[in-house]
Amino acid sequence: MSAILIIEQILNGLQFGIMLFLMAAGLTLIFGVMGLINLAHGSLYMIGAFAAAATAGATGSFLLALVAALAAAAIVGAIVEIVVIRRLYCAAHLDQVLATFALILIFSEGTRWIFGSFPLFLDVPSYLSGPVSLPGGIQYSLYRLALIVIGLLVALGLWWLTARTRLGIQIRAGENDREMIAALGVDISKLYTLVFALGAALAGLAGALVGAIQSVQVGMGEPVLILAFVVIVIGGIGSIKGAFIGSLLVGLTDTLGGIFLPELFKLYMEPGAASQTGSALASMAVYILMSIVLVWRPTGLFGARA
Amino acid sequence: MIQERYINAPVIAGFLLLAIWAHLADEPFTITLATRAVLLALAAVGLNIALGIGGLVSLGHAVFFGLGGYAMGILAYHAQSFSPLELGSLTIVGTKSMPIIWLTAILVSALTALLIGLISLRTTGVYFIMITLAFGQMFFFFSISWSTYGGEDGLSIWVRNDFPGLNTLVPIQFFGICFLSLCLALILHSRLRASPFGLALNAARQVPQRVETVGLNPMRLKLLAFVISGAVTGLAGALFADLNRFVSPTMFSWQLSGELIVLIIIGGVGRLMGPVIGAALFVTLEHVLGDMTDFWHVWLGVILLLIVLFARGGVIGLLTGKAGPHV
Repeated sequence: MSAILIIEQILNGLQFGIMLFLMAAGLTLIFGVMGLINLAHGSLYMIGAFAAAATAGATGSFLLALVAALAAAAIVGAIVEIVVIRRLYCAAHLDQVLATFALILIFSEGTRWIFGSFPLFLDVPSYLSGPVSLPGGIQYSLYRLALIVIGLLVALGLWWLTARTRLGIQIRAGENDREMIAALGVDISKLYTLVFALGAALAGLAGALVGAIQSVQVGMGEPVLILAFVVIVIGGIGSIKGAFIGSLLVGLTDTLGGIFLPELFKLYMEPGAASQTGSALASMAVYILMSIVLVWRPTGLFGARA
Repeated sequence: MIQERYINAPVIAGFLLLAIWAHLADEPFTITLATRAVLLALAAVGLNIALGIGGLVSLGHAVFFGLGGYAMGILAYHAQSFSPLELGSLTIVGTKSMPIIWLTAILVSALTALLIGLISLRTTGVYFIMITLAFGQMFFFFSISWSTYGGEDGLSIWVRNDFPGLNTLVPIQFFGICFLSLCLALILHSRLRASPFGLALNAARQVPQRVETVGLNPMRLKLLAFVISGAVTGLAGALFADLNRFVSPTMFSWQLSGELIVLIIIGGVGRLMGPVIGAALFVTLEHVLGDMTDFWHVWLGVILLLIVLFARGGVIGLLTGKAGPHV
């Protein structure tokens, strides 16, 4: 196994992790500020991807498709927050799980109703397609590299938003004491709608970006959603920094495990059994990582509260 | 308003009468539907022990359902193909005998519940929900990538397994087995709830600190509840796989975990008959709405939202006029 292959796989893991971060950041923000567990976050990812695929199909422009994905997910997010989610902030977690599970059913089947069961395709734009040469003679997909850059920029933007702006101060204050900032004259329900729409937009963006390398289909959101849960359990609920580090850990573990575990077992077993055992173990690697972190730190790496 | 105990008996009797009527009217499909409802109810009764009494919102109970299913599938597969499973010095020849399969399903599920519980009960609240969901997904992906037992395609068995003295391929006889299991599980639930263990568990759900001050260990109570709960759901899985004569990774899917919670909520959380009423309504809805439109899940979603937002006690809550215990 050559060094080039290893570096390629590390880059793939980074790219996957950073897309997970876009999902996990929204989830962790929504939980941190509103105390809400949102299973329907995967549906917003799917809505972003479908909006992008439909727009790209109609206009042929990838940039417009991304704008459409952001807008569609944010608008649907805001509507859902105002109509349903708002009533759940004081409810038990069980009610939140159930109501957002109901939303998944409605969104998934609704999308199937509108777009049919066949997957849609979103093409990588010509200016981002093809390989690019990295130092050391490594050929890597330009689009995947662009995803890494976009994700890092979004992470930087989120950090700036929460640490350096007035809105960020309100968000952080809302995490600590919602009555107090309401008493100080901040319109808390508007703030909640805004945070939810922001999380939704991030999920929609992730859906659209990943939609160009995978197929756009109903049910694409939930596997990513569950991995994003693993990420925030590892990173600590409510912590954006935790979400970032957790995403990279999960992305790298999942990608590298899938490639290297079967190879590792081939050193000790005959090839057929090795790839079988290796791939079965690789599919569990992320969850084993999560268990280890939990045994070590029950509230996650950067979690302050349970 | 009707008292809860006047609802329970008619529900159970209704199931039995429906099956007997269907048998006399020669409607085997109705019996199969009723058996399906009974088994979903059994799985949810299992979950209700953890969720209703212990307040453990497990979004990964499909793990136990699937383990039960695969316990059946694997044992029957080795028996029907006459290829014993070699595990080092241990040789498992497989079996078509239901009691042995059930025992295996119960033991495997209970043991897995113990392991998952030991890790996930270190946390509470949202963490617990997410972790159980994640473990469910772990088993799902494992079953897909383990190709010896069919991988993604699942595993079929040719004929239903045997129970001494019965012909399990006759729908009404198999229904009888499932129905009796459900009755036993309901008795277990009501006995547990009234036992010192159940009362302590109930208290641990409401105020864990107080339970701790009187010298009980809330974690141990919850762990035991989780194990019993997993074992019952595992039994349901073994029977469910036998009903379909097929087991596949979908029995591990997170949708199934969600649906089990849905069954409980439709009927009423923490109610003895909640899961039974929920399963009956769910299978009826699935059948009736499914005939009208391919997209019946949209309407199920709308009904669920309405229940969560406006009728928190579920059907039993509506009938009795009291919301159930707060979970």
